[in-house]
Amino acid sequence: MIKTGVYTFLVCALMGLTAYASFYVAPTEATMGLVQRIFYLHAPSGMVSLTAFLVSFIGSVTYLLTKKPKWDWLAVSSAEVGIAFCTVVLLTGPIWAHPAWGVWWAWDARLTSTLVLWLLYVAFLILRTMIEDHDRRALVSAFFGVFTFLDVPLVYGSIWWWRTQHPQPVVFTSAGLDPTMRKVFYLSWLSLSCLMALLVRQRYELEASREELRSLEQELEAN
Amino acid sequence: MKNLDSVFAAYLIGWAIFFLFSLSVAKRSAGLKDEISRLKERLQESLQKGK
Repeated sequence: MIKTGVYTFLVCALMGLTAYASFYVAPTEATMGLVQRIFYLHAPSGMVSLTAFLVSFIGSVTYLLTKKPKWDWLAVSSAEVGIAFCTVVLLTGPIWAHPAWGVWWAWDARLTSTLVLWLLYVAFLILRTMIEDHDRRALVSAFFGVFTFLDVPLVYGSIWWWRTQHPQPVVFTSAGLDPTMRKVFYLSWLSLSCLMALLVRQRYELEASREELRSLEQELEAN
Repeated sequence: MKNLDSVFAAYLIGWAIFFLFSLSVAKRSAGLKDEISRLKERLQESLQKGK
């Protein structure tokens, strides 16, 4: 409990530091001006959401191989956290796009595939609520989770494979991103990754509590 | 200070989503924990009656 409290405090402190760095340390971009600062929330959130979906995929595959419920819990926990981060991406993107492009949304490959990804994972969660039997629910959602993950490489590669309105990557390329901007980006990525780990853990414990409740109900029925 | 409102809105929305998600998980978790302790009490009672 104390450990979780300390970790939560550290994540909050890191988030605060990131906010300070995003607003006061990173230089203002010459062409876009202030609105470019959305990049420090938008881009790392996108990367963290894809990481969460990767963890969910690993959980689904491992569940199919081992049939151990804890992997199903990990899959659903990461998927839900991934959706939260993906929602941030889908909302902060248009806020940046409106002043930068003059439109809120463009149906280009990166934006469309990200929206499809969000819809697929929402469908993944809805599907789980429609199946009563626990083993069957875990099995069906693991298959669906594997299928859903197929969109992730599409989202990641879309800006290289197709001509898109979305800006080209500047972080893992030789593109001239200012060194201070790069450092702030990495700090934001680190803090959001720590936040993701905290949220996945919190959500995983919820699944563990559900299992405890289920076994108690069974025990009570048996008595 | 052009577009400061957009930057402010983006960060506000982003952090609100993270906060509300965490709050929703905490609320669901607290509800389950209450239910678990209630069931544990009932189980204890039924075990004592059985003796």
